[in-house]
Amino acid sequence: MSLVIAENLSKTYITGEIAIDALKGLSFEIEPASFISFVGPSGSGKTTLLNLIGCLDAPTSGTLKVSGADVSLLGRKSAADFRGKTIGFIFQDFNLLPVLTVYENVEYPLLMVQNAPAGERRSRVLSLLDSVGMAGQKDKYPDQISGGQKQRVAVARALVTKPKLVLADEPTANLDHKTAYMVIDIMKKMKDESGTTFIFSTHDQKVVGEAETIYTLEDGELAGRNSKGGNGHA
Amino acid sequence: MLNLFKIAIRNLMRYKRRTLLTASLIVVGVVFVLVFIAVSGSFKNMMVSQITDSFLGHIQIHKKGYVASIDTLPLTMNMGPQTLKKVEKAINDIPEIEASSMRIKFGGMLSNFVETTNVRLNGVYPEDEIMTVPLFPERIMRGDKTIRKGEILVPELLAKGMKIKVGDMIVIVATNKDGSVNGKQFKVGGILESATGPGGRDGYIHINDALEVLRMDRVEISEIALRLNNFANLENVHNKLNDILSKELNKEGKPAFEVHTWEKLSPFYNIARMIDIMTLSIKLMLIAIVLISIMNVMIMAVYERIREIGTIAAIGTLPGKILSMFVLEGFSLGVLGALIGNLIGVSVVYILNIAEITFNFGRQTGLVLSPTVSPADIAVISIMVIIVSVLASLQPAFKASRMEPIKALRHV
Repeated sequence: MSLVIAENLSKTYITGEIAIDALKGLSFEIEPASFISFVGPSGSGKTTLLNLIGCLDAPTSGTLKVSGADVSLLGRKSAADFRGKTIGFIFQDFNLLPVLTVYENVEYPLLMVQNAPAGERRSRVLSLLDSVGMAGQKDKYPDQISGGQKQRVAVARALVTKPKLVLADEPTANLDHKTAYMVIDIMKKMKDESGTTFIFSTHDQKVVGEAETIYTLEDGELAGRNSKGGNGHA
Repeated sequence: MLNLFKIAIRNLMRYKRRTLLTASLIVVGVVFVLVFIAVSGSFKNMMVSQITDSFLGHIQIHKKGYVASIDTLPLTMNMGPQTLKKVEKAINDIPEIEASSMRIKFGGMLSNFVETTNVRLNGVYPEDEIMTVPLFPERIMRGDKTIRKGEILVPELLAKGMKIKVGDMIVIVATNKDGSVNGKQFKVGGILESATGPGGRDGYIHINDALEVLRMDRVEISEIALRLNNFANLENVHNKLNDILSKELNKEGKPAFEVHTWEKLSPFYNIARMIDIMTLSIKLMLIAIVLISIMNVMIMAVYERIREIGTIAAIGTLPGKILSMFVLEGFSLGVLGALIGNLIGVSVVYILNIAEITFNFGRQTGLVLSPTVSPADIAVISIMVIIVSVLASLQPAFKASRMEPIKALRHV
């Protein structure tokens, strides 16, 4: 069964008297354990689409199912609950909490969202920090580490709850090429190890090449799909 | 909860200067309120004790209607032996009453054989009077600190005006109950300072002398002053006495007695009330300080951390937890302010006690201010500050918890 199913998905923003169609009738399916990239110029609807899949926003029309749930029907609290259990997020600006250490940042979703027991928290956090190569920096605060290191921590935080889906909006935009590839490599490695689906948006053509399936968005419409392994259906 | 606390504390520490400034405002407020309560409380207690312990007593019992006619000191409204037995029984039934003093009050003329003037006289049992109003002996400026039979304590005002000295002989002339006039010679045993400032025409004689002057063949009492073993029980004892004595009815079927606390008998009660109102106003000011400072700092905190709120909301933190996170910040600030404020406040009160600041009240000079802070005061102020801190944080915290993650994440 597909992890993400979008049918005729549309999103319109209304600003004053002007209606902007950010997404126009998108239909696609994404299989579990995929490594998917959405590409397109600014304003093409990449971020809007990721926000819809991440239950951060609701579609104007159409249906969107994530992990079997119709996310357009979720209320505020149930959407938060659903995100906490099913989806991990990686942000362009890393968005680590500055008052928490690297270890605590990764632990946060387990502690505050899933209320996992202490022993389980510790083993999962340390194992993930080890996987992303940040175990040695676990007691440092975000302002004491580099951008690449921050994004590795963010990847660990996104994966610590064992989500079925990780959404990454321009995860390499603020990184140099070398670090960007390193982060993408880590994401691929984690996908292979945990079977988690990664969906990320990017402008970077070199990074795009690392995706198994690439969806191209133009003016809110799906303009193309290239697949290396055939994990998505347009 | 502990983890939420940890995050709240770290967020407070993140903006050290702002946290320190806000906490300082609360500290100053708490110190000010504590010191004010301690000092005004001390002044009030001293004032009340000067009034009650010098002449009034804590509670007074009269025959119904006596207080309304007190200016004329009517002998016709005295309590006879039968009535007195009932009152004495009621007094004995209440263990909180430590002492009582029966007084015959009457008006008379005082003559030093040169001049004559009117005087208000109190016939008392000296031991009972001193037990009931223990500061009474201190009012005797000259002469022995007691009232002997055949002697009179002359009020200072009259003594000065008529040049009466201790040891002089004077004559008291009074009209007794049936309208006839009688006189008796007294030796001046002492000069009595007024308890309530300049003025006052109250002299004191032994109760047996009063009976003789008034030609009473039995004891008839105008008022009974009571002293309680604990002043805090005033209202309780007053109610108990009222309950017992209100059952005693006069010939018209109405209550035979009236029981008054000092508050109803002295105009100084209004000053005491004013002190209470000022204390309340100061507490309201503290609430305003805490409310505004905490609300201001929490609104700033929410505004500065919109993206963080978006992040934690996006990764699944429930709105209730986000709300708790911010409320705990306000709570922690309140606790910090209350704690330091109480410590400094208590220290200031301690220093004021060491400094032994003196003040005058009425004719009393050199009264030493002895401010005290009760654990109840500290508890009330602390709880008040903490509750107001939490209330002040609620609106910003609620705003944070209701924030749309998508909008918060877009915030620059």
